Amino acid sequence: MQNGKTVVIGVIGADCHAVGNKIIEHALKEEGFNVVNIGVLSPQEDFINAAIETNADAILVSSLYGHGEIDCRGFREKCNEAGLKDIILYVGGNLVVGKQDWKEVEKRFLDMGFNRAYPPGTDIKLSIKDLKKDLGLEE
Amino acid sequence: MDAILLIDFGSTYTKLTAVDIESEEILATAKDLTTVNTDIMIGFNKAYEKLMKNIGEREVNFVKKLACSSAAGGLKMVAIGLVPELTAEAAKRAALGAGARILGVYSYELNKHEIEEIKSKKPDIILLAGGTDGGNKDCIIHNAKLLAEHIKDVPIVVAGNKNANDEIEEIFNNAGLFYKITENVMPKLNTINVEPAREVIRSIFMQKIVEAKGMKNAENFINGILMPTPAAVLKAAKILADGSDKEEGIGELVIVDIGGATTDVHSIAKGDPSKPGVTLRGLQEPYAKRTVEGDLGMRVSAVSLFEASGTRRIKKFAPNTPYDVEERCKFLQQNVNIIPRTEEEYEFDEALGMVATEIAMERHVGTVESVYTPMGIIYSQVGKDLLNVKYLIGTGGVLVHSRNPEKILKAGLFSMESPNYLKPTNPVILVDKTYILSAMGLLAEEYPDMAVRIMKKYIVRA
Repeated sequence: MQNGKTVVIGVIGADCHAVGNKIIEHALKEEGFNVVNIGVLSPQEDFINAAIETNADAILVSSLYGHGEIDCRGFREKCNEAGLKDIILYVGGNLVVGKQDWKEVEKRFLDMGFNRAYPPGTDIKLSIKDLKKDLGLEE
Repeated sequence: MDAILLIDFGSTYTKLTAVDIESEEILATAKDLTTVNTDIMIGFNKAYEKLMKNIGEREVNFVKKLACSSAAGGLKMVAIGLVPELTAEAAKRAALGAGARILGVYSYELNKHEIEEIKSKKPDIILLAGGTDGGNKDCIIHNAKLLAEHIKDVPIVVAGNKNANDEIEEIFNNAGLFYKITENVMPKLNTINVEPAREVIRSIFMQKIVEAKGMKNAENFINGILMPTPAAVLKAAKILADGSDKEEGIGELVIVDIGGATTDVHSIAKGDPSKPGVTLRGLQEPYAKRTVEGDLGMRVSAVSLFEASGTRRIKKFAPNTPYDVEERCKFLQQNVNIIPRTEEEYEFDEALGMVATEIAMERHVGTVESVYTPMGIIYSQVGKDLLNVKYLIGTGGVLVHSRNPEKILKAGLFSMESPNYLKPTNPVILVDKTYILSAMGLLAEEYPDMAVRIMKKYIVRA
């Protein structure tokens, strides 16, 4: 059953971890989302262009190689420039290197304008539950 | 004997090719200046007389007369999409593949200024795209409304988000526009679907444009002006590569057409990465892809060719030329009918042809770039990988008249100087000596098997 919502997913930056990306696609499709997967090695512009053409409701950014913070800077600002004013932005994966306090890391990403950020090892089901809530599909 | 007459109403010359059906041979060719401003049949009749003279004593009965045309400026189009790299690019590729000359590509919501600009460019057809199926429809509807309001007399092909079609239909019907709706050029993100739009463009070309360009009276004598000339070349390329029902093709190929005003490159190839470990990114490429470089030409565009390349790059191919490169290019642009006679003139023309080939191929093929990651170097490819293409075929005046066409075409091959351009590495180089490609594209409409056999016979090693 399609739920009528379109989500753009992909792996940002010089990051070619493809497995998790496929799992996320599969899980979202199971839940009825229209998934637009732009795949690995994706710059911010590709996420944004895809979201414009497909009229997406949310962008889910993955980053596994520790450079997520650098790659994600200015993402929200670019979305605003492109007219995607209220699009929902999530980010998750191994976002930073080393043992850093997750609360700190999460705050940095929320300050960048992401609606939600997820630490390593998060079950995708949890993110989907949040997504449905944020999109008004579920209470 | 029964024969077929193939006609190319070109921008400068009307070219005729007579094919003997039985022996599958080219009986004769002839050309004369195109006379589209007065009566297109004047130039045609002159060429026809020459053709009959060339055929000689033999009794010929033309059972079919088919034509293509790039007269009166060719098929001029404007492409409109949403994101420049996505639907606008897909629309541009669809129009190029239909044999059009692109006057402009527009993206996002148009403003009044852009609408005025489009109007002043006087396109023959406008291709309107935007949004994936189920995706954004605000933009294409906005643009449809503006077009309906300001542009009344240009046929419009709609090939965007299918969810917007009902509304667009209503807008255009209310405004009384001539339009056709077809499948989306980009139904899913990064997936291209250019064939339906190409076909619709071609049908409008036959239906409306031929008449608008004062060529209707040609249709009394011939069976129809079937397509724009570049579309005929692409069709010939495709059938030569893929083969027909009965006749096997020769496999993946690239055609370089160096003209006075433009350099066209056609590739018939999948273009997937040929090396392992390469990630393909960006908008999917059409299997039959045409690009046109309006700034690379031997005469009309000689100065812009100079501007795109520069003295050093041209001199790389003619190190001892006595000419000042810039001056010579200016001279050639002002004297478009110059045919080289001396050794120096030949050398300079060949150098221009080589630079045009080199740059046009760089713009046509895909590129690969290395990305440094914590896991080591990985490669990311955008566009078509043509490294392993089997044939590189040359056509156009400079090649046909050159004493060394192979040398010119080799400028379009892979080079270690710029290894990120995925150009053919070691193809067999062929030349369209008899200038038959567009004629064979036409012939393929009715006799595909014969067209493949004739091309195999007449397109020869350089």
